[in-house]
Amino acid sequence: MNDLLVADSVSKSYGNFKALNQVSIAVPKGSIFGLLGPNGAGKTTLIRIINQITMPDEGRILLDGQDLRPEHIKDIGYLPEERGLYKSMKVGEQALYLAQLKGMSKTEAKTRLKYWFDKLDIGDWWNKKIQELSKGQAQKIQFVVTVLHRPKLLIFDEPFSGFDPINANLIKDEILQLREEGATVIFSTHRMESVEELCDHIALIHKSNKVLDGKLNDIKRQYKTNTFEVGLQSNKSEEVLHEIENSFQVFPATFKNLHDDIKLNIKIDEATSPNDLLSFLTARAEVHHFVEVLPSANDIFIETVTNN
Amino acid sequence: MNHLPLIIKREYLTKVKNRSFIVMTFLSPLIMIGLIAVVAYLSQLNKDKERSISVLDESGYLSDAFQNSENTTYSYLEGLDLNTAKKLVKEKEDYGLLYIGKSISLDDISNHIKFYSEDSPSITIISNLERKIEKRLREIKLQQDGVSMQQIEASKIQINISQESFEGETSSKMDNIVKLAFGGIAGYLLFMFIIIYGNMIMRSVIEEKTSRIIEIIISSVKPVQLMMGKIIGTSLAGVTQFVIWVLLGGVLLVVVTAIFGIDMAQMKTPQQDMVDQVMQNQGAQAVAESLIIAIGNLPLLNLIIAFMFFFIGGYLLYSSLYAAIGAAVDNETDTQQFMFPIIMPLVLAVYVGFFTVIEDPHGAVSTIFSFIPFTSPVVMLMRIPFGVPLWQQGLSLLILIGTFMFAVWLGAKIYRVGILMYGKKPTYKELFKWIKY
Repeated sequence: MNDLLVADSVSKSYGNFKALNQVSIAVPKGSIFGLLGPNGAGKTTLIRIINQITMPDEGRILLDGQDLRPEHIKDIGYLPEERGLYKSMKVGEQALYLAQLKGMSKTEAKTRLKYWFDKLDIGDWWNKKIQELSKGQAQKIQFVVTVLHRPKLLIFDEPFSGFDPINANLIKDEILQLREEGATVIFSTHRMESVEELCDHIALIHKSNKVLDGKLNDIKRQYKTNTFEVGLQSNKSEEVLHEIENSFQVFPATFKNLHDDIKLNIKIDEATSPNDLLSFLTARAEVHHFVEVLPSANDIFIETVTNN
Repeated sequence: MNHLPLIIKREYLTKVKNRSFIVMTFLSPLIMIGLIAVVAYLSQLNKDKERSISVLDESGYLSDAFQNSENTTYSYLEGLDLNTAKKLVKEKEDYGLLYIGKSISLDDISNHIKFYSEDSPSITIISNLERKIEKRLREIKLQQDGVSMQQIEASKIQINISQESFEGETSSKMDNIVKLAFGGIAGYLLFMFIIIYGNMIMRSVIEEKTSRIIEIIISSVKPVQLMMGKIIGTSLAGVTQFVIWVLLGGVLLVVVTAIFGIDMAQMKTPQQDMVDQVMQNQGAQAVAESLIIAIGNLPLLNLIIAFMFFFIGGYLLYSSLYAAIGAAVDNETDTQQFMFPIIMPLVLAVYVGFFTVIEDPHGAVSTIFSFIPFTSPVVMLMRIPFGVPLWQQGLSLLILIGTFMFAVWLGAKIYRVGILMYGKKPTYKELFKWIKY
């Protein structure tokens, strides 16, 4: 069993509205799994089903090979997008309460909380009320509460919203470290640069259906267009440019560089290898820049959603 | 995992530690007692006010009809005409002038009686005067017909029917008064409790929604558990507050009475008139004795047990509905449309209790309403002091518990869907849809 969480053709309707239609995903152990999709696609419904907040109409969810049961609550840590805490409750009491709801003993929760509060340097907030904290500060508490009981599966819904860049980085590093320690992470966000940065796997849900799924690199390979970005220098640049245009499909390119005369995106066909292109170029000019253009997660997202 | 005790503990502690809760707990009895003291003081003030009324009697029939009383002195004006009398009374700053004009016969006299005063006189004073005049004239008329004063006195008879059931249990009017008091207090207590603490439950559900913590909580516990925890925790806080109120109120009442020497017993409410009637007929000693006997006559054990069951059952039934409402809406202003159907049966129950049960505790209306689960807790509690067969109590309780379970199921359904719904003001149609999800 290499998958920590498997959703097997899960469907859910609210009245006449089908929120999820036969969605299957498999989240490998130790991965960071990006759950993507436009607003209202059904991501939150799926996350709520995994958290046993709502029940699926059809299909089943397996956690570590077992059908999802109420006992699994303690194996999952969930940071919802709509977050909040009891405003008039003290930070420490509240964290203890939430930890106990996740099945931790009071003493254990206290020790773990102390560890986390020291780590994030928020120890002196223990007796403050949530309403005295700023939004970002409350988010930190919320993060601690989510990971406190060392769940196998962590679900973060837009974890960085509301954080300044420094704290966002801090939380990002914590997430990566939790993964190192063996946790599996499901990560739902609209910020594609953090998908690019963190996720190994992604699944894209659109209009209640899963439309894309797999390793991020595999998907990128699928979506690649065999285009290379090149920067060349030559004394006879116009002549070289003319020659290239005759042999390949060429698009203008913009990238920052010191002194490249020719900047191009060159698309090659299946029969041509990158080496062929490179030798073609080296024969005619000095190659300063040669990079395969890979589609960004952002490009893939937009292309998939608009094509469906 | 059973988190119910944990949730109850949190709900209880947050409620009890809440600043406004603490303030209300200790301030309310003070305000109540203060209010009672002020009312008592004012009514005493009113009573102590002395009035003098002048009487100008030209008919000659009512020359000794008006005896000075504690607060009212009557002075007869002789040999003045009406205008001079009016002027004189105005100068004397008397309360008013009662004028009885000349008339041909006793029957005609009522057309010639007038009361002149600066401000419009109070109803009690006027009816008091009327009563005195009527009494006097009746006596005169009887005397004209040849009945002597002694005969009139001797004709007055006091009746105090003693009651006995076919089984041989004796009871008195005092019994009924005590029964009414017990039933009334129990029913009213439940009514107040539901309104105050039902609202508190509703607010605490709404608070969880608006602070958006709800999704985190219900990823750890089942909505039904959360709902029950809230209901029980809030109720315990309510009981705590109630007990403090009763204790503090009692102590304060004693203190205030002692300090200000205000005799609370002097305050009259319409209900007390009945008590007074009984008291008039018996000495104070006898009243105290019959009171003790009357309390002893109550089915006390039955009363206490029934009180506990119906109180808890009724309270839980209503509070699960309150919790469901809290879950269905986003903020307190949206609750109005759903509050009405909840308050209605409650108010109805209290009305039925206070009007029908008092009139006829075992009549059709009282009996039916003591079986309908939304009114039964209040109505049955008011009926039980009058003796209700155990099978009726049991059946009513069963219906109540059944309805309660149904309400919890229904409430939990609405709760489960509602707590995650934001931004929509739900309609009844939508609520119905939620139940089916």
